[in-house]
Amino acid sequence: MKIGYFPGCSLGGTAKEFDISLRAVMKALGVELVEIDDWSCCGASSAHASSHLLAVSLPARNLLLAGQQGLTEIVAPCAACYSRLVIAQHEVANDAGLKAKVERAIESPLPAGEIRILNVVQLFERIGPEKLQAAKRVDLAGLSIAAYYGCLLVRPHEITGFDDVEQPVIMDAILAATGARLVDWNFKTECCGGAHSISHKPIVTKLSKKILDDARQSGANVVAVACPMCHSNLDMRQVELRKEGGHQDLPVLYLTELLGLALGLGRKELGLDLHFVRLPEQAQTAPQENRA
Amino acid sequence: MKPAHAHEHTLVDDINELTHQDPALCYQCGKCSAGCPIREFMDVAPNKVVRYVQLGLFDKALQSATIWLCAGCQTCSTRCPKSFELAAFMDALRELAQERGIEPSDQAVYKFHQAFLKQLRHHGRLYEMGLIRDFKLSTFKLMQDVDVAPAMLLKGKIGLFPHNIKNREAVRRIFKNVETIEKEEHS
Amino acid sequence: MKIGVYICYCGENIGRTVDCAAVAKACAELPGVVDSVDYKYMCSDPGQNIIKNAIREKGLQGVVVASCSPHMHEKTFRRACSDSGLNPFLCEIANLREHCSWVHEDVPAATRKAIDLVRMAVEKVKRNGELEPIRVPVTKRALVVGGGIAGIQAALDVANAGFEVVLVEKEPSIGGHMSQLSETFPTLDCSQCILTPRMVEVYQHPRIKLLSYSEVEKVEGFIGNFKVTIRRKARSVIEERCTGCGLCVQKCPTKKAPSEFEQGLAKRPAIYVPFPQAVPNKPVIDRNVCTHFRTGKCGICKKVCGRDAIDFEQQDQFVTEDIGAIIVATGYQLYSISKKPDDSAIKGYGEYGYGKYPDVIDGLQFERIASASGPSSGEIRRPSDQKEPKKVVFIQCVGSRDEAKGFTYCSKICCMYTAKHAMLYKHKVHDGEAYVFYMDIRAGGKMYEEFVRRAIEEDGVKYIRGRVSRIYPSGGKYIVKGEDTLAGEPIEIDADMVVLATAMIAQPNAQKLAQVLGVPYDGYGFYQEVHPKLRPVEVSTAGIFLAGACQSPKDIPEAVAMASAAASKALVLFGSDQLEREPTVAKVNEATCIGCFYCQKVCAYNAIEVKEIRDRKGNLVKTVASVNPGLCQGCGTCNATCPSKSIELLGYTDEQIFAEITALG
Repeated sequence: MKIGYFPGCSLGGTAKEFDISLRAVMKALGVELVEIDDWSCCGASSAHASSHLLAVSLPARNLLLAGQQGLTEIVAPCAACYSRLVIAQHEVANDAGLKAKVERAIESPLPAGEIRILNVVQLFERIGPEKLQAAKRVDLAGLSIAAYYGCLLVRPHEITGFDDVEQPVIMDAILAATGARLVDWNFKTECCGGAHSISHKPIVTKLSKKILDDARQSGANVVAVACPMCHSNLDMRQVELRKEGGHQDLPVLYLTELLGLALGLGRKELGLDLHFVRLPEQAQTAPQENRA
Repeated sequence: MKPAHAHEHTLVDDINELTHQDPALCYQCGKCSAGCPIREFMDVAPNKVVRYVQLGLFDKALQSATIWLCAGCQTCSTRCPKSFELAAFMDALRELAQERGIEPSDQAVYKFHQAFLKQLRHHGRLYEMGLIRDFKLSTFKLMQDVDVAPAMLLKGKIGLFPHNIKNREAVRRIFKNVETIEKEEHS
Repeated sequence: MKIGVYICYCGENIGRTVDCAAVAKACAELPGVVDSVDYKYMCSDPGQNIIKNAIREKGLQGVVVASCSPHMHEKTFRRACSDSGLNPFLCEIANLREHCSWVHEDVPAATRKAIDLVRMAVEKVKRNGELEPIRVPVTKRALVVGGGIAGIQAALDVANAGFEVVLVEKEPSIGGHMSQLSETFPTLDCSQCILTPRMVEVYQHPRIKLLSYSEVEKVEGFIGNFKVTIRRKARSVIEERCTGCGLCVQKCPTKKAPSEFEQGLAKRPAIYVPFPQAVPNKPVIDRNVCTHFRTGKCGICKKVCGRDAIDFEQQDQFVTEDIGAIIVATGYQLYSISKKPDDSAIKGYGEYGYGKYPDVIDGLQFERIASASGPSSGEIRRPSDQKEPKKVVFIQCVGSRDEAKGFTYCSKICCMYTAKHAMLYKHKVHDGEAYVFYMDIRAGGKMYEEFVRRAIEEDGVKYIRGRVSRIYPSGGKYIVKGEDTLAGEPIEIDADMVVLATAMIAQPNAQKLAQVLGVPYDGYGFYQEVHPKLRPVEVSTAGIFLAGACQSPKDIPEAVAMASAAASKALVLFGSDQLEREPTVAKVNEATCIGCFYCQKVCAYNAIEVKEIRDRKGNLVKTVASVNPGLCQGCGTCNATCPSKSIELLGYTDEQIFAEITALG
């Protein structure tokens, strides 16, 4: 299986371990990632906050490149990139006036056909839990995972068409293939504060705390994420929460890191040592005593 | 949905053009404000921003910090009983505020976005060090995150040097073209 | 021919745009017209007298009244004609208002058009035939479908007027949702106390035939002459032998089926009586959970029954009843917030838990909790742990006024019953806190506003204006996230229990039943009345009337009033031995009919019958279509479909229509 790959800016930097673990898992499953040649930033929240036309044109350039490379399907692991790409494609398909302006901005007509854009959860849905089950080598029975979807995988629902917008379950189903327990919890799609991490740190710290607290109260000993922004906010911001006192560390891992562990890949191989909050060595395989 | 009778062009018409929806749809139930994760940090509740527009108090809407603090999480649009795209409405207000030269009420967010776009325009991808440097310089939040910075650098999570894409010019041209098109529309 | 033309100014309505005097002058010249008069208000007594006198004095053979739409006054002018001895169908209306003055502004052009319209009508009326109303006999028996408060009221009204009623109820007992309520607003009467006397009255009434645990299977015929087939579902109990002693219910070993009456908050056995005051007080076996029906074993109920009233072999029975009028009172159900299929237009409320949280309940469940005969004997206890909730949040408009989830309309009763619930809660839990999240308060009935104010001012219920965005469980409580839009403040409450005022929606089988009955329904599944203002209990199928919430959300006083109204319509029908119907029905030319029956295929009213033409020896000559004038609604579809032009609409024959078109020039 071959699929186009749009890493997005953060996967080369602050979300390095997402890229590392994704590539490792894809290699183990025999899926070839074809990186879009000379891709550029999708614009993320900043283009979206400043200019609608810019916010659609920047992702459009990447769709153009993908089309030129003959890619009919691409995966964008970063939920924000995924969102911008899917929305851009949807908007130009439904607004001829906008499409004309975008084509002027990127100085090229857009490809005729639709490119299938997948988020990382949809990628594993596509690969199939059976294939994951078959490739599993390590049982993660010691883990109680709170699967955190965040905002941009499920919303806006009319465009992503992905899972249930209030109580999603697909990431849970994929992670269940690792043998871990998935907890039922309340903050699956509650916003972490997103891009305000740098401009308004206290907002993100407060919102992240609410999410982590609910995960912990629901019996989780690890949180699974599928978005670099969510990871940064939930992982890195625990440094701040530690200062507040009364904080109990809760490791936050990428979906791909957890799947990688189940496939028998090593911690370093998956980039687990790059987190601020470490996953305890014995956590993954030790059976739990008090299951909440 | 456009207002039926002829009248002078107001902010409502601009919003209609950008979002293809009429603020009159909103019946002020407050569900958006009730579910907004950023609500407690906002000066004006999200439903109140819509109310200001409905009442023609455009400046109050455009000068609120709310439109800048909106995280675009779409919780409001998803649950709105009138299917009003409030997140898109906030995007439109932000764009219209900039177009009308209204000084953003929340400078931190604004400066963050400006710093981000500056990096992107120059390198084609985000150069995180550059973003942080520009942001800190423009907001004087010099001491923020000094606790995590060394770890980030050591882990290799922040590159010291920017990565330039091969065809940086293409991205610069996109920015320029967008500016040209927008200028044409406003005149 | 002698035709009279009468032009009405309709005050300013026609007169401002059409030069009526000029029209009258021009029409006086039309061939056959012997009288052409214009007058300010033709429909008035003096106006009508002009026509009446002209008919008598000038021996008119046809009348054209150029006025407002026939919907308004066709009957008026037809009566004026028949009063003067002219067949009423020799009167035609030319619509100078809705078809002319109200849609044009250019006076000369409108006047020319008005003259054209009158000329067309004159040519038509010359070819009109003298038609006599069709008379059909009337069966003076009513069918009431649905045994809730509306059905009960309608049945009693008709029966007390001296006529027989067949009352069909799909549940094992009559009483409907009203029997599940604890108290009713605004008086806080005990619901069953005021309902059960009526239920007993129905049961004991000599002229009411109660068919409980039954459903309407098929309806044939037409107004005054319906033939209704009813399926009497198998109770597995022989009603005539059963004394209602209750021993079988006591001894049944299967005790874990969720009770429908208790809205799932309690259990019942496989053989059960829905509630103690059930009418009839006879049990029914739920064959889906009964051990005997599933495995062939058990049979304890049959063993203990002293009257040998249990019959496992019992089958559904079909009975046919002759009926003159049908009253539909099938009621409503409550919208459920559960997750709906992806392609459904109606969505569930995932933000409130999709119905999975045990202590987030709906209004009917709260009624059961508050009821003295309910799962906690009237003590307010929450379903999950039976603890007394100290903080209860009530949320209005769940599903209602929500285009995104599927129901745009307001369910009308929730503001009132939520205030009632909050008051009942406060009366029973003195140290409890009650919060109501609302968008508006709709309390328009008699003593309704006072009732809501009482909840706020006397019982200390806290009202917060704003919708709730999310409810989720946390540490044994439920976090309710709302906003008070009046103060502009976010509100978060840690509630012990949440009661949702969910939308009142159509019954699950409403559409299927409507198709059986021949009743139109709207996009929400509510049955459609003919005219929302002036004919609220009639439907377009003659002889069928509506009562209660099946037509739209409403409260008990409205349902009762509507039931009596529907009953009165039935009684109007029963007031004559024969029914007069408009003669503008289809008629088959049997000579040219080729018997293809395309007309029968397209007739929406099943009005085309097969008629055999036989010679004197009894040999079949041909088979032709024949119109049942009692059923035909005069829609003309058959006329348009017939390939041999053998079926025509009386009063609208091809000859008449072509004459109009030709007159237009």
